[in-house]
Formats: sequence, C-alpha cells, structure tokens
Amino acid sequence: MRRAFGIALALLAMLLPSPSMAAESGSAFNMTEFIFGHISDSYEWHITTVKGKEIAIPLPCIVIDGGLKVFSFHDREAAGYTLNDNGKLVNASTLERPLDISITKNVLGLIIDSVLLVVLILLCARWYRRHDPLKEAPSGLAGLLEPVIVMIEQDVIKDAVGPEYEKYSPYLLTAFFFILINNLMGILPVFPGGANITGNIAVTLVMALFTFFMVNLFGNKHYWKEILWPDVPVFLKAIPIMPVIEILGMFTKPFSLMIRLFANMLAGHIMLLSVIALIFLTASMGPVLNGSPSFVAVLFGIFLDCLELLVAFIQAYVFTMLSAVFIGLAHQKPETETN
Amino acid sequence: MSLITPDFGLLFWMVVIFGVVFLILAKFGFPIITKAVRKRSDHIAESLRAAEEARLNLERFAEDQNRLVERARAERAEILKSATEERNALISKAHEEASAEAAKVLQAAREEIEAERQLAKRELKAEVSALSVAVAEKIVRKELEKNEEQKALLDKFVDEAVNGQVN
Repeated sequence: MRRAFGIALALLAMLLPSPSMAAESGSAFNMTEFIFGHISDSYEWHITTVKGKEIAIPLPCIVIDGGLKVFSFHDREAAGYTLNDNGKLVNASTLERPLDISITKNVLGLIIDSVLLVVLILLCARWYRRHDPLKEAPSGLAGLLEPVIVMIEQDVIKDAVGPEYEKYSPYLLTAFFFILINNLMGILPVFPGGANITGNIAVTLVMALFTFFMVNLFGNKHYWKEILWPDVPVFLKAIPIMPVIEILGMFTKPFSLMIRLFANMLAGHIMLLSVIALIFLTASMGPVLNGSPSFVAVLFGIFLDCLELLVAFIQAYVFTMLSAVFIGLAHQKPETETN
Repeated sequence: MSLITPDFGLLFWMVVIFGVVFLILAKFGFPIITKAVRKRSDHIAESLRAAEEARLNLERFAEDQNRLVERARAERAEILKSATEERNALISKAHEEASAEAAKVLQAAREEIEAERQLAKRELKAEVSALSVAVAEKIVRKELEKNEEQKALLDKFVDEAVNGQVN
C-alpha cells in the first residue's frame, strides 16, 4: 500500500514540471465522440493522430447505385457521395442511401481475423495430416489448439448436443473460434486489432442466424411436435397459446444469443474506453488533477484488459454452449409417456 | 452509424466471410483434427482395455500355474503315500508268507518226525518180535532136543504152517 502510494507520488512529480501539457491538448475533449469513434464502424481505419494530422487507412467504398461503383473513401466527393449525419455514405445530389457494401473497418477486421483463424486451424489440421496421431504427441500449434478443441468438443458439444454431436461439431467449433479470435483481436489496441467486431449487432445477428438455421433446419419430428402440438391440456392448444409461445421461443433463443454477445463485448469496449478517457478528460484540469486519475486509469485499465481477456473466452464459450444446447433440444428423443 | 441497427453492408460481408470460413474449416479444418483426436482417444481406450485383458490373462495364467503346481504336489504326496502303503503291504505279505512257509516246513518236519517214529516203532516191534521168536525158537529147540516126540510135534506144526501158507 505504501509502495503504491510512493509510486503514485513519483508519477505526480514527473507530471509537475510540464504545466503546458494541458494547454497543448487544445480544445475540450469530447467523450461521446471518442468512445463512439472507437466502437462504431467507419469507412476508414483510424490509427492515431500525430500533431493534429490524422493517420488512417482509407478503405474502399463499394456502392450499388445504378451500377456498381468502387472508390476510395478519400475520393468520395469526386465520386459524388457524402456522409450523412449518421456518418453513412449518401448520394451527394439526392441524399439517399445507396446499397452500401463497402469494405468498412469491421469488414476488414473480419477478413483479417478470419484469414488468421483459417490459417491457424489449417496449420493445425496439417499437423494431423503429416503425423500419425497414434504415435506422436501433438506439438507446436497442434499442441496449443488441440486441448481447446477437445475441451469444446467433448465437454461442451458432446454433452449438450447428444449422440449426433459429430455432425454439428464443425459448425460449433467454427463459431467458438470465430468469436474467440474476433473478441481477442478486439482487445488489441492497434491496427490489425481494435475493431469492435463482436460488439457489432450485425455480426452477432449473423452468428445467431446461423445457429437458428442449424437448430431449425435439422430439428427432428419430436422437436416440431413439441412446438406445434406440445403435451399440454387441449384448451391450451385449441386457443393456440402454447404453440404461439413455443414459436416465439424459436426466435427468442437466437435473439438472446445475439444480444448477449453484442452487449457484453460492447460494454467491455465502452468500459475500457471510458477508463482510458479519464486521462484525456482531466488533461485540461492541470497536472495534479490529471495525474492521479491517470494513475488510477492505467491500473484500472490493466485490470479491465485482463477482465476482457476472460470475457472474450467466456462469451465465445457461452455462445457455443447455448448453441449446442439449442441444437440438442431440437434432437431430443421423445420421452416415454409420463402422463 | 447507429449501435443497434444492423448495417446492411456489414451483414452482407459477415454472411459471406463467416460462410466461407465455416465452409473451409468444416471441410478441411476441424473434422481432420477431431477425427484424429477421436481416433487417438479410441486407440488409448482400446489399449487400456487390451492391457487390462492382458493383465487378467496373466493373472489367470498365474492361477493356472499355481493350480498345476498344487496338483503336482498333491500327486506327489499321493504317490509317496501309495508307495509307502504298497511297501508296507509287501513287507507284511512277505512276513505272512514267510511265517506260513515256516509253519508248513515245521508241519512237514513234524510229520516226518512222526513218520520216522512210527517207522522206528514198527521196526522196533518187528525186531522185538523177531528177537522173541528167536528166543522162543531157541527155547523150543532146546525142549525139542530132549524128546523125539516133541520133535515130531514140531514138524507137524511146521507142515501145518506151510500148508496154511499154501492155502
């Protein structure tokens, strides 16, 4: 405790001789802009600002607006497009949204993470192609990934899905690693990472939809009977209360998956950014008032980063486990009549 | 860009990207790994089972061996016992035979002795009778020399005896 206090004092002392720091940062810090700039999608990948000059990677904009048009974000004015109040591309003359399939920050992040994931898993698979797993213990990448794959497959998928788990384990494993790698890359603060991918509702929506189709396209007869004509007193089915609830349940399950992943990852990013923003927020209040929150912010930031590492894993795990449970529910064998 | 309204562009790309990743990994990635891992865990389970079986076999084998040894020991004891019995029987039989033989020999000796005695008795009788006859003859001859008459009587007797023998 005393040592921590000493370090804090030393940090403060270092800050004291530079009273001009606050003045340099110039205009008032806009917290909302800072946070939303980081967590939302954009047409360029902003890396940092050096001496008022922004360093950002411009990304290709692709719109279908009476024909396919591809142009760099920096040349949007020349192509006849501008940004609206929500920061989206609109036609400069009509101010209407075109069909916008631009490679945004999140899309590029997705591509980078996906390539990384595919390479990692294929390298791991290559080890098994080239070695006899009966004679050699996995080493290198295979040694790293195998325990995780086995844990997810045997402890989560097999237990939740039941005897037919082998058919679904490729999807569920893909979902797990896809979410995990995007979560982890989201924690990285600089270029290849840092995009708030799994904290974007479009991404989690697609993940949830995949699970939805996995559940409902391969559900067995018993599953559909439980939805449309469950074993409840007839009056609950004559006025179709139960079927309506069950059909609603079909959609609320993936909906909860979507919201859970989205909200958790978004909240993590916002928390982390808010704590870091403390430093900039107090920068105009002078060195002493800036120093102590900075110190706290750094400590708390480290703590939150560790927490986010944990959350990155837990959310991928939970998504996979719940998807597996939903798939398992769609494959239950009818129980022997109990009533 | 609003937080809770999914953006179409991102939706589109996410479907494409996740779809491609899923197809690649589901075809070339995870099944190979999980199959290999499953194969290995099956192999391990099989090996464990085989080891257990081998252990049981070994145990059974040791048991068999023990039983064999036990049986051999019992057999040996049995053989020894019967040999002793046989020996004893032989000895006692020999004893019996010997004593029977001895008894027979004794009996025979006794009988012979008896026969010898009878013979001796008879010979002694004959001797005595011959002696007495000789004595009587001498006496009779002495008497007869005295008197012719008596000699005639004697001759008569002798004739009678001869005739009697012829008859």
